[in-house]
Amino acid sequence: MIDLLLIAIKYSLVSNVVLSQFLGICPFLGVSKKTESSKGMGGAVIFVIVIASVITHGIYVAFLAASSPLCKALGLTDGLEYLNTIVFILVIAALVQFVEMFLKKNVPSLYESLGVYLPLITTNCAVLGVALNNVSYGYNFAQSLVYGLGISVGFALALLLMAGIRENIIEGNDRIPRSFQGSPIVLVTAALMAIAFFGFGGLI
Amino acid sequence: MNKYIERLYNGIIKENPTFIIMLGMCPTLATTTSAINGLGMGLSTTAVLMFSNMLISALRKTIPERMRLPGEIVVVASLVTIVQLLIQAYVPALYEALGIYIPLIVVNCIILGRAESYALFNGPALSFFDGLGMGIGFTMALTIIGSVRELIGAGTIFNFRLIPEAYSISIFVLAPGAFLVLAVLTAIQNKLRLPSATNGDAPEEFVCGGNCMGCFSDCKEKAPEKSEVEKKEAAV
Repeated sequence: MIDLLLIAIKYSLVSNVVLSQFLGICPFLGVSKKTESSKGMGGAVIFVIVIASVITHGIYVAFLAASSPLCKALGLTDGLEYLNTIVFILVIAALVQFVEMFLKKNVPSLYESLGVYLPLITTNCAVLGVALNNVSYGYNFAQSLVYGLGISVGFALALLLMAGIRENIIEGNDRIPRSFQGSPIVLVTAALMAIAFFGFGGLI
Repeated sequence: MNKYIERLYNGIIKENPTFIIMLGMCPTLATTTSAINGLGMGLSTTAVLMFSNMLISALRKTIPERMRLPGEIVVVASLVTIVQLLIQAYVPALYEALGIYIPLIVVNCIILGRAESYALFNGPALSFFDGLGMGIGFTMALTIIGSVRELIGAGTIFNFRLIPEAYSISIFVLAPGAFLVLAVLTAIQNKLRLPSATNGDAPEEFVCGGNCMGCFSDCKEKAPEKSEVEKKEAAV
């Protein structure tokens, strides 16, 4: 139980996915202009990463690992781990499509708020990163679930904070030097946030 | 032959993926902790980019329209796996340093972007050179950013000491340094009004609004508009 809590804290705060591992920079910079849209994006990312983390872990255990039933049945002693990247990216791409269709049909209210952001997530490197790290860290099912949750909550947190800062301080602020207006000041803000997140280092 | 050289020039200077179009920000920020890491990442990406462009161009009439994206992803992911295994076998130190970012080349916007916007409409040889040019441009950009970060952060370039250890500012090789260096770089581009995706007063188009997959064609259509606007402003 303690190790699960540690994973959750470590990956949501201490080594934050955006601010210290640089995964998912595109949506972090692109969709952080308004808090409203960053909420939708954050929710969609939590939803997709948790599902993708669990499903890719299941596929790894069932088909790709050296100890999996499939590899044993085929007599492959080295496993099929070299197929990880190909299988995971296809599973994630299909999964995002499936989640989109499922939500549209069965949970229209959730689709209203998250739907626009779902297609943006396929190429979010955080999703593939989580799936691959689950394997390289040797996580079991519960750890994969918590790891996915920690990473995605950390992403949503960083995105929301950035959106709040941009909406309230950066947008339309004339005191920012002209050449720093636009993306440079956003990157400086990200740097300051990354320094601030160093402070969580003492938690673990 | 001129067409091929034009492709190289286009990738390295005119549409440099990092400095001008601002694609593939994740590896740009994450793997530039030192010049050698940036160079390694750039070369790995170049290898994938050349062959993915060539293969996708060669297969463009064979792959049915509905299977286009999954087909491209399979081609790119297979190439990335090959590159990953080669690096793991022959350059284990680089494999350790780059870690998760090697398999993540699959979701690098530059690769699918070039496939979608160039390789689907041009022949294999031209596409190969397009990938080569873009790859060299990306490699150069990562090496330059990596050199700057390594010089300020550790006082060395390619492990060759230029500044005494006591004067290095180690935060530049840590995470915040990546954001800071890129911020200063884009600010300089803004100041000099160089052509760049971040120029002008439309920051929401920065890295294509967060959508890497469908962005490249948009970016390309928008880029010339922006430079025209800039020309007008400069003329006024």
